[in-house]
Amino acid sequence: MTTLAYLIPGTLLLGALGLSGFLWALKSGQYEDLDGAAERILLDHNDKPEG
Amino acid sequence: MSCCAPGAEMALDLGSAASVLPSSQEIRLASRSLGDDLRQTDLSVPMVHCAACIRTIETALAKLDNVEGARVNLSTKRVAVRWRGDKVPPFVASLGRLGYEAHLFAAEIDKNDKTLAELIRAVAVAGFAAGNIMLLSVSVWSGAEGATRDLFHWVSALIAIPALAFAGGIFFRSAWNALRHGRMNMDVPIAVGVSLAYAMSLYETINHGDHAYFDASVSLLFFLLIGRTLDHVMRERARTAVKGLSQLAARGAMVLRGDGARHYLPVGEIEPGMRLLIAAGERIPVDGKIIQGASDLDCSLASGESTPKNVAPGEVVQAGVLNLTGPLTIEAMAAVKDSFLAEMVRLMEAAEGGRAHYRRIADRVSALYAPMVHLTAFVTFLGWIVATGDWHRATTIAIAVLIITCPCALGLAVPIVQVVAARRLFENGIMVKDGSAMERLASVDIAVFDKTGTLTLGQPRLVNAGSIDPGMLAVAGGMAAHSRHPFSKAIAGFAIPGGQLKFDAVTEHPGFGIEATDAGSTWRLGRRGWAGWKTRTGGEGKHGYGGTVLTRNGMIAACFVFEDALRADARAAIDQLSDAGVPVEMLSGDTAAACAEVAKSLGVDDFVPCLLPSGKLERIETLAKVGHKVLMVGDGLNDTPALSAAHVSIAPATAADVGRNAADFVFLRESLLAVPLALDISRKAGNLIRQNIAIAIVYNAVAVPIAISGHVTPLIAAIAMSASSLLVIGNALRLEGFVRHTPAETVADDRHSNNGGWAQL
Repeated sequence: MTTLAYLIPGTLLLGALGLSGFLWALKSGQYEDLDGAAERILLDHNDKPEG
Repeated sequence: MSCCAPGAEMALDLGSAASVLPSSQEIRLASRSLGDDLRQTDLSVPMVHCAACIRTIETALAKLDNVEGARVNLSTKRVAVRWRGDKVPPFVASLGRLGYEAHLFAAEIDKNDKTLAELIRAVAVAGFAAGNIMLLSVSVWSGAEGATRDLFHWVSALIAIPALAFAGGIFFRSAWNALRHGRMNMDVPIAVGVSLAYAMSLYETINHGDHAYFDASVSLLFFLLIGRTLDHVMRERARTAVKGLSQLAARGAMVLRGDGARHYLPVGEIEPGMRLLIAAGERIPVDGKIIQGASDLDCSLASGESTPKNVAPGEVVQAGVLNLTGPLTIEAMAAVKDSFLAEMVRLMEAAEGGRAHYRRIADRVSALYAPMVHLTAFVTFLGWIVATGDWHRATTIAIAVLIITCPCALGLAVPIVQVVAARRLFENGIMVKDGSAMERLASVDIAVFDKTGTLTLGQPRLVNAGSIDPGMLAVAGGMAAHSRHPFSKAIAGFAIPGGQLKFDAVTEHPGFGIEATDAGSTWRLGRRGWAGWKTRTGGEGKHGYGGTVLTRNGMIAACFVFEDALRADARAAIDQLSDAGVPVEMLSGDTAAACAEVAKSLGVDDFVPCLLPSGKLERIETLAKVGHKVLMVGDGLNDTPALSAAHVSIAPATAADVGRNAADFVFLRESLLAVPLALDISRKAGNLIRQNIAIAIVYNAVAVPIAISGHVTPLIAAIAMSASSLLVIGNALRLEGFVRHTPAETVADDRHSNNGGWAQL
């Protein structure tokens, strides 16, 4: 029972971290141009996303 | 352009070949301010395909003066250019030099993008909650007891709250909207089921009960949101593809003031009496009278006439007509809101009533389904009260009935099929506006086609090339390359590549033809009366297309005969439609003779020529009155009212803006086989939808008795719900396998490369 007391919050925290990471990526426009992102890996000097 | 294979976008060249670069004033008008003197212009660049394209475009644009930066979006095939200063940097021209055609694109902040973002966020939140709650539920099912079970229930309840509030909000709002207007939709039982399940589970948790349905309520939301998001993404993709096509309506016009000053004004500010300069290649923004200049006008989108019209001062021109060869000065006779284009939009809006009556299958089903489910739950509740007198037991079982009947499979049954069908259509270059369009298309029993631009390409084709002296044809081809007149383009297709022909001077005489001098002889290519000034043939020739000739020093060297080229596979498409039990009729604004010829070569028995836009509309309405479900296929401005009056409508990508917006389907490729293909897929999708609904109903028939008898546990509910959803999705995916092979595809692709070649001349 005591193990659950810290394991469950821990799980939820990690899950929430992933969720907020996804929401942040969504908000910062990283899903706007999926095809472009795939191709841009071939280009030099162009690794910063623009807002 | 070296790297990229021609894609479906090549078909668009048909329409855009005749357009000129947008002027810098037009670009300024379409740009939006980012504050601090910085402006952003969005261009649609359909030819971007790969990393090399991205780099070429971004570096070239960034090198221009005053350009802050450019960013290519490969998914939407758009370039956003940020620039500052008063002078508009010449980005369209520099893109043109690189070989990329660019069209202005109105940057709008549309609410649809926000909806998508909201949906995806909701899916993410619901997915997170469903995953975690399911994890806890599995522990409970595997035997967690006492305090541990209570703890797990409490944690589940806490996780479910944000999920219900955020992800469930979409359903609650929609259900509330429907109820407020006295309607029923699928969201009503969903909202009721989910919230009651949560409330009961919370009650159970507080009272240390052993059955909680938190997992059911949240995973239900998750499944339904996935279906809804897929549906939205598909429609959004079609919508952006349609919007990315070149803009056909003029955005503004050069106004000539009394003192000789020139101003570029937005179309909305043009008033009657103003003088407008219309360069060759521009569209006429408002109805007007020609004061100065002579030219040829392409009326095919406006009236359906396939032959370019010759105009001289004093004549009246309609808005939306394309000026082909010479500059014109016109006096505006009407403001935009009273122009031909606006008139069409008005007719269209008036006609829209018919389609609004259509109720989607899902709505019709849910109108029956929702009351039945709620009634069953209520009767169950009463039954258990009467039988046992146990309130708590009766409520629990009634809610279990609601949960088990919550239309998870039903909510997915329709959208999932439509998403798969839309995907199939998309692969074949056909865009669907929404799911209801497919349902309506499946039910049509008569097809009405417009002639010019739909059955035909609206582009003349040289028919007697074989009988013309190749040398003369080469000369004519070389000269024709200097003009954007449709006849010239048809002839220029026969020019010898490499072009060893050098003329000393080439001048175009708008309304007459082209004149070239070469080593002392004067060549003329154009109207018989003008070009062959030494030959007395009299009149304009006996051919329908006026009689275009090539002359050398006034003596006729070659005659050219044109016909309106038929769209690829027009005949095959019409035969397929007839085989599918849909008779075809042709309506046209063109002359009876031209219509009869096309009708004969296509095997169409019924046609009505010389129709005004309102005439087409009337014809459709008459057919609808007799009980027909009409499919309208058309492209012109004059077809627009008919497109929106019809039960369902299809337009080619080359259609006028308004027409494309009015149509339910837009096909990007040249082949007309898109029409029977869309019909076929829609009908198959209709069958699958019916099967899916049947599956969902059978599932209920089995599960509801179990629920009523009080044997449902949260575990059974979870398994039943997931299983029925998977079954429905699996059934929908069968559509992928149905129509794999379409012979039209290869043919259509060949044609594209041809057209691409033509358009670049």
